[in-house]
Amino acid sequence: MSNISRLLLALASGLLLAALALPLWRVQLVAPQYPEGLGMEIHAQTVRGAAEQDLGNINELNHYIGMKTIEPAAIPELRIIPWLIAGLSAFSLVAVITGKRAVVWAWLASFAALGLVGMWDFWHWEYSYGHDLDMVHAIIKIPGMSYQPPLIGTKQLLNFTASSWPSTGTALIGAAFLLGVVSLVLHHGPTRLNPAAATRAALREARA
Amino acid sequence: MRLSTQRSLLLAAVAVAGVIYACTPRAKTASLAASDAASKVYVPPGSYDEFYAFLSGGYSGQVSVYGLPSGRLLKLIPVFSQFPEDGYGYNEETKPLLQTTYGFVPWDDSHHPELSQTNGVPDGRWLFINANNTPRVARIDLTRFETDEILQIPNSAGGHASPFTTPNSKYVVSATRFSVPIPNTDVAIDTYKQNFKGTITFMTADQPGKMDIAFQILMPGYNYDLGHAGKGPSDGWFFFTSYNTEQASTKLEENASQNDKDYVAAINYKRAEECVAQNKFTTQTTEYVHNWVDQASRAAKSEKKTSVKLINPSQCPGIAYYLPTPKSPHGVDIDPTGEYIVAGGKLATVIPVHSFTKLQKAIADKAFDKEVDGIPVLKYDAVIAGEVQKPGLGPLHTEFDGKGYAYTSMFISSEVVKWKLGTWEVVDRIPTYYSIGHLSIPGGDSKQPWGKYVLALNKITKDRYLPTGPEMAQSAQLIDISGDKMKLLLDFPTIGEPHYAQALPASLIKDKQIKFFKLAENAHPFATKAESEGGITRTGKRVDIKMIAIRSHFAPDNLEGVQVGDTVYFHVTNIEQDWDIEHGFAVLGQNNSELILNPGETRTLQWIPKTPGVYPFYCTDFCSALHQEMQGYVRVSPAGSPVKLMANVSKKTQAQLVEAQKH
Repeated sequence: MSNISRLLLALASGLLLAALALPLWRVQLVAPQYPEGLGMEIHAQTVRGAAEQDLGNINELNHYIGMKTIEPAAIPELRIIPWLIAGLSAFSLVAVITGKRAVVWAWLASFAALGLVGMWDFWHWEYSYGHDLDMVHAIIKIPGMSYQPPLIGTKQLLNFTASSWPSTGTALIGAAFLLGVVSLVLHHGPTRLNPAAATRAALREARA
Repeated sequence: MRLSTQRSLLLAAVAVAGVIYACTPRAKTASLAASDAASKVYVPPGSYDEFYAFLSGGYSGQVSVYGLPSGRLLKLIPVFSQFPEDGYGYNEETKPLLQTTYGFVPWDDSHHPELSQTNGVPDGRWLFINANNTPRVARIDLTRFETDEILQIPNSAGGHASPFTTPNSKYVVSATRFSVPIPNTDVAIDTYKQNFKGTITFMTADQPGKMDIAFQILMPGYNYDLGHAGKGPSDGWFFFTSYNTEQASTKLEENASQNDKDYVAAINYKRAEECVAQNKFTTQTTEYVHNWVDQASRAAKSEKKTSVKLINPSQCPGIAYYLPTPKSPHGVDIDPTGEYIVAGGKLATVIPVHSFTKLQKAIADKAFDKEVDGIPVLKYDAVIAGEVQKPGLGPLHTEFDGKGYAYTSMFISSEVVKWKLGTWEVVDRIPTYYSIGHLSIPGGDSKQPWGKYVLALNKITKDRYLPTGPEMAQSAQLIDISGDKMKLLLDFPTIGEPHYAQALPASLIKDKQIKFFKLAENAHPFATKAESEGGITRTGKRVDIKMIAIRSHFAPDNLEGVQVGDTVYFHVTNIEQDWDIEHGFAVLGQNNSELILNPGETRTLQWIPKTPGVYPFYCTDFCSALHQEMQGYVRVSPAGSPVKLMANVSKKTQAQLVEAQKH
């Protein structure tokens, strides 16, 4: 494996660790009464308000529709995800040390699988909060209405416009994945990718 | 026949007049000017004004806050008067702010708002304001727009020349409008000349919660009217106008208008500090009250103080001088450079301007006419810098634009007069509607005026608005002073009687506003921070109810065990942590006002039920979609009833408990 590939993989490992300190996803709620918006940030290890009081206020508003209280302590995945990301970071270091292409492939495969499972899990929690409503104590009951925010994009939920977008942490994770792919491409060294050099090599062969 | 001809002629005349009126170019010009003015004061919906203006409430005792240039009312800040709208002075937390040595005083007359300064420029930390009737000074915090502190002034009657600030707000001052015996004793009123004195008080003001009387200066028994601190070269001096140098105690209208000149008192307060340091003062036993809000609990406290340092000018030479000034002067205003001392002689035919440089020289040269109670009276010619000739009638107050011009309000001729410092020539004048008192330029009494507008504060309104019976709101008028000619832009009604106003750029305070109080930091002894923590307790005849308010319920909301003869305290905590989510609280038959609860704060309502029954309480501030459901009941039983004390938790919490028990 070329040195440049190893460097990229080491960088990917660092990006994954950095992502632990940043929000992965951000849900923004805007309503006529909340022009400044209420924000919720999903981190690998917790869910918190964009401003200190935002999560409390989102929960306070959610009691009207019978939604469960969003409590980070009640979401077991938040205790696992940081370890999974740290594990991926360590895994890429294994690839750096061994320099084996197969390890990079295995790393990327597990990376992709965990990414997909993570997205499904997030969607599932959104589904659960949006659909599993306490209709006995809900104050606002609209038949057929559910309050699942979108995974990615914008959706109108009563007076709130809910927007959900990946945040800086996810950008770093995505970048780490891309670095892994690039490191594979560069694995065989620069000659394969350099048409001029390839031409020169062909000419040398022809002369010989 | 003759009659009908007359009528036709009359009709024709009216028609002609109508045509002339319709064709007159003045009408067209006026409407163009109106649209021009409108565009200058138009602040589109959702946009902000450029300036905050703080107007005193006069006999309302409060402060009103307007945006300029729109003239939109932003807030009323209760200061010296009870305010049932938010429970100020009615709830247990704010009652101590209105304590005095005369007991609880529910009203006063607030005259002069004064912004705190740093290096002679308004800094947006605090606003001070005086109470004239029962002399006090209040400090309003400008991150919350709330009264935080009130200091009573002993040895004072009529705290009018107040609360003007020194350039770093180390001190604010108060001088007595009414001279009285000091200490106040039972003497014959006609012994005024022997027994009546004035005082000038310096209060330390730059430590929130710790305002105190630094020292008082005993002055001859005149009426002290207004004041202003020196700045730049005159830093360390303070200037006060006085009238009634005739020392009349009756029919002052006539008897206090005899002398051609009264005095501006020049006080060297650095010299006063020296005298205090050298023990050249008398410690006088007296009583006054200091009230302040404890920020952790947001509950006010009250303490009694028992002595002041009283300086007699004869003990401390060099502390005070009198500058003869025509005639019955009202305002005394110092230009931004600190050189000129402008006095508004109510009955003078000129505006006299003293020079600080000449004042110093006159003192050095001992250019004295005479001495009054140890205070040298300087020669008029030795201190006068110039006189503005024929300025109009009844000059009262002067503010400055920072571009070399002064603007003086003329009460009798009802106008603002613009004149040039140094040449003393009048360059422009504009009528006011009607009888202007104070006027205000943002930062217009400071080292750095933002000289874009002058706000005229008028005493008489008459026909300016739709009539509202015999009493009309007072009127403020916004005048553009950005060009050579003053232009009237807007007039708007005001709250109470705004004597003075001060304004500053909104950018100095708007981003420092507190949006809610952090519940975790609420140290009120009866704070309830979670629904489960509410309850009811009895201590003899006192019943304390701890309760939370959150959209859209109180918890607990059913209470029993209260008896006739009890004094009940509802301690309600708004546990919201969101901007502008207020709740209110009121209970049937209460003898005081509602509570208004800011997010995160606890307020206490005292209630003495008189007859058995069930009393509803409810949220008075429309808080949410289910506001109308935000209510509860308290049961009152006869004295000695066996009904036990009971406080439920809210229906929501009860239901949650039932659910929890099921699982």
